Amino acid sequence: MAQVSLRRVVKEYEGGVQAVKGIDLEIADEEFVVLVGPSGCGKSTTLRMIAGLEEISSGEIAIGGMVVNDIPPRDRDIAMVFQNYALYPHMTVYENMAFGLTLRRFPKDEIRRRVENAARILDIGELLDRKPKALSGGQRQRVAMGRAIVRDPKVFLFDEPLSNLDAKLRVQMRVEIKKVHQTVRTTTVYVTHDQVEAMTLADRVVVMNQGIIEQVGTPQELYHRPATRFVAGFIGSPAMNMIPARLENGAGALRLRLPGDIVLPVPAERTQRYAPLAGGEVLFGIRPEHLTEPKNLDRPNIATFEAAPEVIEPLGMETLVIFSLQGNEVTARLDPAVPAERGRKMPFAADLNQMHLIEPRTGRVL
Amino acid sequence: MADGNVLAAPAPAPAAVAPARPGALRRLARRRSTLAFVLTVPLLTVIGGLVVWPFFYAIYLSMLNKRMTRFVGLDNFAFLLSRETFQLVIMQSVIFAVGAVVAKALIGFILAHVLHALPAKGQRKWRGMLLVPWVIPPAISTLAWWWLFDPSYSAINWMLMGIGAPPVAWLGEPGWARFAVILVNVWYGAPFFMIMYLAALKSVPDQLYEAAAIDGATGWQKLRYVTVPMMKNIIAITVLFSLIVTFANFDIVRILTNGGPQDRTHIFGTYAFQVGIQSGDIPLGAAVSLFMFPVLALLAVFVLRDVTRRSREMAG
Amino acid sequence: MSVTAAAEATAAPAAPLYRKVGSIRRERRWALIGAYVALAVFVVFFLTPPFHMLMTSLKSSAEIADLSNNPWIVQSPTLENYWALLNHGSYPRHFLNSVIVTLSTVAITMVISLLAAFALARMRFWGSATLATGVFLTYLVPETLLFIPLFQTIGSLGLYNNLWAMVLLYPTITVPFCTWIMIGYFSSIPKELDEAALIDGANHFQMLWKIFIPVALPGILAATIFAFTVSWAQFLYPMVFLVSSEQMVLTVGIVSDLIRGDTFQWGMIMAGAIMAALPPLLIYAFLMDYYIAGLTAGATKG
Ligand SMILES: Nc1ncnc2c1ncn2[C@@H]1O[C@H](COP(=O)(O)OP(=O)(O)O)[C@@H](O)[C@H]1O
Ligand SMILES: [Mg+2]
Repeated sequence: MAQVSLRRVVKEYEGGVQAVKGIDLEIADEEFVVLVGPSGCGKSTTLRMIAGLEEISSGEIAIGGMVVNDIPPRDRDIAMVFQNYALYPHMTVYENMAFGLTLRRFPKDEIRRRVENAARILDIGELLDRKPKALSGGQRQRVAMGRAIVRDPKVFLFDEPLSNLDAKLRVQMRVEIKKVHQTVRTTTVYVTHDQVEAMTLADRVVVMNQGIIEQVGTPQELYHRPATRFVAGFIGSPAMNMIPARLENGAGALRLRLPGDIVLPVPAERTQRYAPLAGGEVLFGIRPEHLTEPKNLDRPNIATFEAAPEVIEPLGMETLVIFSLQGNEVTARLDPAVPAERGRKMPFAADLNQMHLIEPRTGRVL
Repeated sequence: MADGNVLAAPAPAPAAVAPARPGALRRLARRRSTLAFVLTVPLLTVIGGLVVWPFFYAIYLSMLNKRMTRFVGLDNFAFLLSRETFQLVIMQSVIFAVGAVVAKALIGFILAHVLHALPAKGQRKWRGMLLVPWVIPPAISTLAWWWLFDPSYSAINWMLMGIGAPPVAWLGEPGWARFAVILVNVWYGAPFFMIMYLAALKSVPDQLYEAAAIDGATGWQKLRYVTVPMMKNIIAITVLFSLIVTFANFDIVRILTNGGPQDRTHIFGTYAFQVGIQSGDIPLGAAVSLFMFPVLALLAVFVLRDVTRRSREMAG
Repeated sequence: MSVTAAAEATAAPAAPLYRKVGSIRRERRWALIGAYVALAVFVVFFLTPPFHMLMTSLKSSAEIADLSNNPWIVQSPTLENYWALLNHGSYPRHFLNSVIVTLSTVAITMVISLLAAFALARMRFWGSATLATGVFLTYLVPETLLFIPLFQTIGSLGLYNNLWAMVLLYPTITVPFCTWIMIGYFSSIPKELDEAALIDGANHFQMLWKIFIPVALPGILAATIFAFTVSWAQFLYPMVFLVSSEQMVLTVGIVSDLIRGDTFQWGMIMAGAIMAALPPLLIYAFLMDYYIAGLTAGATKG
């Protein structure tokens, strides 16, 4: 059992680049936590500090309640899977998986037992005598995971392990990783820049941006209650629409005035929440799936407006329609049966139960 | 290592941990750089003791008199420059190096192209045969040339007489002797250029030629606008490097002519050997060698520049 | 090849252009014929000396001396020159000395270069970048620049006319280049491989021994062949530092022993030369590809 805690962890590279700017994070035992964020935001750096591959500039990291700042990687009892797999090219699959155990002087039959067990979990039993060169990308990926599993470490660390695979294999291996975690239940920290991967794998997702943590939460929480403009824009695909708007006070209710003089009523139950912003400029956030053809109009807080599509992307199970509100691109998600034509005005419905308001200056979501 | 035991100790409650001890890992890093230094000590010993130190010792030696009892400043250098033989040595070294390198580079370039044009199957076999001169130690192969140039038994002269030409005193006449030493050097060194250029040629992406062909380039234009620009850097490196090696050559001249006839084929290396070792004037010999230094240093700077540029290109 | 294919693809629709395809093909055939002619000329030029060497070595002294014979072919081949060399005189001794010096030099060189290259490729320390450049510059220092001061030094160490002086000196020629190419090979090993080894629990020596050396084996082979070639062929140092036949190595020994005054025993000289050229020739015959890959690593991308 091992929980991982990061306290005010800072990483400053030589030359003054602050890659990680003081992050706090508690990872529970057996938890699967995914660090997600755009490239260069400090995910790998964070992971590598947990692994002991990078020195911690300040703050502390504890694994299993034990501060590991000064402990070299080999004594931290962690295992890591790299993006390029880092399999030893001159060793067979068996030797690759056994290497860490051999160095730790495990008895031969114990090594064999563990390797065979891992090979069974990962279904690579018949590859044990091959060299990495003779393996496909997906098989290499499995071996890299096997190398981690045999060690039976306190923590698994993954650094973008699926980035080198093609899309189809990526989906398949994602499922595989999830299954392995459900079998071995080892605490896992997983780094990716792909939010879909993060959402599907994680118990909890950590969204990072420019060296800080924007938000920590379950996939559901991040999707429905993003804390910041960054998270709101990063999670979900296609991305949430964010339209500059004016929050107006009128007759005891709040209204949003969008560009193009579209006026949407703010749900009554949110009046109190948004009151401090009244009269000011805000960002109106709404996901494409909540901008549809007019439907469910009998429910509360569904507002309609008209706009002319500029781009129509039929995807089969849905059709994405992009229109512009005075230069602000907005994406809506329509039923494919709805006729849409470029340049011809058509009605849309906005489900304002799912709206967000973002304070433009602070980027906070209210 | 000592740190290994830490894990065995009972885990303290997180709150109880005092502010992180700064830098055990940093200490580890320092230990690592100490280890790195230790690993390079043998290398440093070789370079320091057998290259750098002798170089400065040579400078010191070159400023002594013949018996090495008195400091004479730059007299040895001045004396050498005033001697006609030494002036010849300078000229001959330059002719030898430049002539041989130009010929080697041209032949190497032609052969590389010829090989590159062959179907892959036959290429290896031909390449193997063309590499033979470069594989045999020059001190050994020059013996064969010496024998081919023998005044009375020359097999080359036998063929010349066969076509009615007069025999040539290959090593007896200054002009021919100079030609002979250059010829042997070209024979030995051209294959090296060939394999360097062949490797460079192979690394030019095929698509470039295909694009050029579609743009309507003739064979000559492809050479001029695709091949040469892509190979410019490697050509420069190879030529500069070979200039250094050829300029400082010893084996071929020493065996073939030993500087003769009448010192007309001496180059720095052989002349330094004759003066310093055979005639026993160590300081003067050291001075002869040191005359090479400015040229070599200049060439080395250029090689280094091109190599650094190349590795940066390859990294980027 | 691909060029023709591209031309065909663009030219196929129009009839006049189609003729041009034929001309490209004809051009290529002529180019190929030209290539083979050039090859033949140079192969003859390149192989003439070794061929003549072989022919002479198979002749008796009488046949060599007979000026009326065609010098390029052997009338009555005999192995007497080889036999004489191997059974009398000091040729076997010289051969053995060359083997001793070469093997010792190769071993010393590889130990020094591997350790240094590992440190320089992977551990940054004070002055390591300068040292890497220094290694390369040292490689450019020719032995003709330094043999005179070394003559003094070796003399004062009491190593004059001692075979082991060669083992001391040869590494100055081999180590810099071997270190340089090993730095290149080691640097091309992905950093994640060390990190994986580090996490797997390897220390630095295990990393070098179990990961770096096996992975960089082709480079090590190239460096070894280089060290072997250079040591086997070295001529200046034995010329300067060795005098007695006991201590002599092949490159110098063949001539110094077989030329008595003005009588050149050409048959035996050539036989000795053939045998001396054999070890490098054999090594290249089997390992040429590794060596060329190592040497030209800088000439190609990746
Ligand atoms: N070794 C290094 N030296 C200096 N800067 C680095 C180093 N490694 C990463 N960085 C910088 O730190 C930042 C975070 O990098 P990283 O953690 O690799 O991002 P990512 O989230 O893409 O994994 C980037 O700006 C990167 O340029
Ligand atoms: Mg990364």
